[in-house]
Amino acid sequence: MSKDILNAKADFPLLKQTINDHPLVYLDNAATTQKPQVVIDALVDYYTHLNANIHRGNHSLAVQATEAYEGARRKVAGYINAEHNHEVIFTRGTTESVNLLAYTFGEKFVHSGDEVIVSQLEHHSNYVPWQQMCLRRGAAFRVLPFDENGELDLALFEHMLNEKTRLIAVNQVSNSLGTVNPVGEIIRLAHAHGIPVLVDAAQSVQHLPHDVQSLDADFYVFSGHKMYGPMGIGVFFGKEKWLEALPPFLSGGEMIDMVTPEKVTFNVLPFKFEAGTPNVAGAIGLGVAVDYLQQFDQHELQKYEEDLLGYGLSLLAEIPDLIIYGDPTHRSGILPFNVNGIQHYDMGVLLDTMGIAVRTGQHCTQPIMDALHISGTVRASLALYNDRADLEKLAYGVKRAIKILKR
Amino acid sequence: MPGIQEIQKELSDDFSLLANWEEKYEYLIEMGMDMPAMKPENKVDENLVKGCQSSVWFDVNCQDGMMVFEADSDSLVVKGMVAILYKLFNHQPAKDVLEADLSLFEELGLWRHLSSQRSNGLTAMVAHLKAKAADCLAKGN
Repeated sequence: MSKDILNAKADFPLLKQTINDHPLVYLDNAATTQKPQVVIDALVDYYTHLNANIHRGNHSLAVQATEAYEGARRKVAGYINAEHNHEVIFTRGTTESVNLLAYTFGEKFVHSGDEVIVSQLEHHSNYVPWQQMCLRRGAAFRVLPFDENGELDLALFEHMLNEKTRLIAVNQVSNSLGTVNPVGEIIRLAHAHGIPVLVDAAQSVQHLPHDVQSLDADFYVFSGHKMYGPMGIGVFFGKEKWLEALPPFLSGGEMIDMVTPEKVTFNVLPFKFEAGTPNVAGAIGLGVAVDYLQQFDQHELQKYEEDLLGYGLSLLAEIPDLIIYGDPTHRSGILPFNVNGIQHYDMGVLLDTMGIAVRTGQHCTQPIMDALHISGTVRASLALYNDRADLEKLAYGVKRAIKILKR
Repeated sequence: MPGIQEIQKELSDDFSLLANWEEKYEYLIEMGMDMPAMKPENKVDENLVKGCQSSVWFDVNCQDGMMVFEADSDSLVVKGMVAILYKLFNHQPAKDVLEADLSLFEELGLWRHLSSQRSNGLTAMVAHLKAKAADCLAKGN
């Protein structure tokens, strides 16, 4: 019997507070989600009973901490259906994961005249590292544009692929527009040319199916804190053959096998990519977040979040002068909007006075804002603990704010 | 002309009468709307204050050691903050602006509310005006 989504809110203590004298309505989940009590307890429990440095020690605590850390890796590997546990590398988050690949892949496989393709829908964290790597390597940085619906054009993508293309980096869900990109198709087309694909799953791993094998993703990266886990822990998944082929990213302790003044041999996977003392508590917390998520029926969860998004979009669409950005066939988790004649910043400040937390601005996606010719948007974003009442309060708040701002 | 401290006290009293954040912001926005309009030709890049989330312009002049300025913002909330600074500092001696202690104002709550969440903008605006006041004093008039 899976867990009832409608009771999930009670698991998140932070959501019980009032902000500016109103019960908090938290709709900034694409930035970070709140944590269920079990995750908070896991962090406290780790530092209360288990803290020790892992892998090297042979005392009881070190052994237990190592087991807990490696247990978390197995849970994450299970959640994304990785073929091997050692294909899961713990990082600080999506940004570090993308940088890990940009540096190592760039150094080994990208040369002058080569090409890398990203989409125009990327967060800066899956855009700038590739742009900078291309500058370092003398490669061409190519951007696949989005159309008037906020969708990527697969025909155009196919046309951009050529014998010089070395890698594709694309998100599964746009953090600004919520567009669900056809990453399965992108991977299929890229693989037909022998090109590997990095999937930025920061906004999808917690909402959509998360099976790296059925997706056939070469690399798949995400952050713990956007999926109910702690901040400062993230995941870099790579297929074993790629991880074996790539050079290490950071060097130091833990990632080595033999060290002499002349040379070093590197440790096996996954340790080759985990230099230094890792975020053990964070990894354990992420493992607990994965357990928490898996208590829900995954289809039911996805259906619930889809219905909620549809409901929110329909409420906003009824508000005069409100513009919803993008009209993709599939959208996940994100409600991006503005009201004609009102600054997104002002809308955000007034919603905050009513206890409603949203994000305003460019959302780390300047290329999207430039393409839409706007300075930013208001972005409400959903998590499994949100309900219809939250979205009704949002719509009411937006109307109140319009009244105050349009006199 | 009342002094900066006196105006601070008055503003503080006004805001304390308002029951909640919504009303305080409504009042703040009204203050922004009531501020004299800035001449469009003065909304130039050199009058933009850097470090704010929204565009904020201050055209500050020094007349007989007094600060005289026009200001505007494309955000109504920020414009309300600008209007507070306008009420406090416009037609005040540059020396008083430079030395102004805004601590009383902090008690107001709104200031703290604004500055905790949006400190860059507010701090940048105050720093900008104090720098202009210092220029004004340096000119020796």
